[in-house]
Amino acid sequence: MTHPAPAIEAEGLTKKFGDLTAVDGVTLRVEEGEVFGFLGPNGAGKTTTVRMLCCLISKTSGEARIGGYQVGNEEDSLKIRKLIGFVPDNVGLYDGLSAYDNLDFYGKLYDCTEQQRKENIQRFLTMLGLWEKKDVAAGTFSKGMKQKLAIARSLIHDPQILFMDEPTVNLDPESSKTVRDFILELKKEKRTIFLNTHNLDEAQRICDRIAILNTKLMAIGTPAELERSVSGRKTVIQLEQVNDAVLVALRKLPIGNLVVDGSKLTIDVKDPEKENAAIVDAVVRAGGHLQSVTIVGSTLEDAYLKLVREAK
Amino acid sequence: MRLSKSWIIASKDFKTFRKKRTIIYSLVVVPLIIAVLIPAVIEYAGHKSGGTGIPAASLLILLPAFAFFYVILAAYLPTPIASYTIVGEKVEKSLEPLLATPTTDSEILLGKGIAAFLPPIGAVLGGSAVFMTLMDLATRSTLRGYYFPNWGTGIELFLLAPLAALLSVQVNVIVSSRMSDVRASQQLGALTILPFAGLYVAGELKIVDLGSTSNLLIIAAALLVVDVLLFFVSRATFRREEILTKWK
Repeated sequence: MTHPAPAIEAEGLTKKFGDLTAVDGVTLRVEEGEVFGFLGPNGAGKTTTVRMLCCLISKTSGEARIGGYQVGNEEDSLKIRKLIGFVPDNVGLYDGLSAYDNLDFYGKLYDCTEQQRKENIQRFLTMLGLWEKKDVAAGTFSKGMKQKLAIARSLIHDPQILFMDEPTVNLDPESSKTVRDFILELKKEKRTIFLNTHNLDEAQRICDRIAILNTKLMAIGTPAELERSVSGRKTVIQLEQVNDAVLVALRKLPIGNLVVDGSKLTIDVKDPEKENAAIVDAVVRAGGHLQSVTIVGSTLEDAYLKLVREAK
Repeated sequence: MRLSKSWIIASKDFKTFRKKRTIIYSLVVVPLIIAVLIPAVIEYAGHKSGGTGIPAASLLILLPAFAFFYVILAAYLPTPIASYTIVGEKVEKSLEPLLATPTTDSEILLGKGIAAFLPPIGAVLGGSAVFMTLMDLATRSTLRGYYFPNWGTGIELFLLAPLAALLSVQVNVIVSSRMSDVRASQQLGALTILPFAGLYVAGELKIVDLGSTSNLLIIAAALLVVDVLLFFVSRATFRREEILTKWK
């Protein structure tokens, strides 16, 4: 059985700037129609990776293919750039030009016919709620509107693969939600989206799979898989009041880290279903008055922080 | 290389310039001031000297030197435009999305070059046409005929001025790549006029005869060599990876 070619594929992709290795041997595969989150701290190499994949900068070593075209091959580079849409971390609009003219200019560069440009400009500006402002200079737009316009610009030639570098950074919650909802709309249209983000919540909500990068690729999987990859869960016990006897009793048990926050105890446990009975028993015997016992699983944030800290 | 792509980029820049007053002023006002002011001074000086006018021998030295002003202008006028078109894009951070389009570095560079080259050349030709007309009117009686147009001016306007403008565009591309402030870039780029101003002074001091066709052709040949050399430097400067990783 043959598998369809992935939309984005990288194998040992590496970028060095002099002695500094910005991206080290990244291997990943993004399938068609997938929303792929690329998480990592500042300086992790996310933007550098995207720039390599978009043929904006050269790779030092490794291989990458976009839509079957070879990254690094000069002839294929133009084909790749025509195939993809790119939303950079800085919107980079022409402030003196109207929203319409900004998009029209890019439409021409992507060889769209006048009819295609007209239709796509109207379609995407309408989808993003900017059609009424089409003749207004982009420089007068709010940050959120500029970000939406930059997204519309990346779609002007109707690309099937979209690279977005921090599309919701610095946006207010309402604008962020509009952008996230729009990404989900694009997902419904079966477009492949490679999303660079710092925002774990955003990644969890909209990404099918997530990779965590810290120069090297630390992990890759669905949000649920990444959460599960962090061993152990937490038992949260809410007491009327925490006293020393309860803490002494708990510390005698073979449990993990214990954190006291007011009248709330958070205990790291490997298997809460087995361990919680002994924990509750110890608390009650020590005179603790239980209000609630909750089992909390690891979050994507836990997985992210664990992986990033391990890398240091 | 697809010229259509470069033209799209240049057309976008033309549209942007139309909203930049400083660029419009420099393109329209400066050539017109020279076109009107110098003939007016000649006319005034003629009246002041008792209506006899400036002697024909003096005019034959002054006029080619004055015409050379338009070569200096051709070297100066691309500066505000080239600085804006490249440093402006850097400031607006619009180069990255532009570089992400299916255009080559050379197509973008050529587009920027056309945008910075054509308006100044238009301004130089327009301004010089007014200048020559007014100057002919002011000196016709003394010279017993029209001095302009002539072969020397033709070389200046159609050979030297484009070469000077080209040199200015390329110097400004190189300067702009290292600058992140439009004004600083313009100030540095404006230094391009120095060799031309030096030639003008040499003409006034009779060290170089700017009325001599052969002298003008020698200057043009030297400019062509410099332009070719600068072409390679500016092309090396304007590389996608350099722009995104090294340009400040």
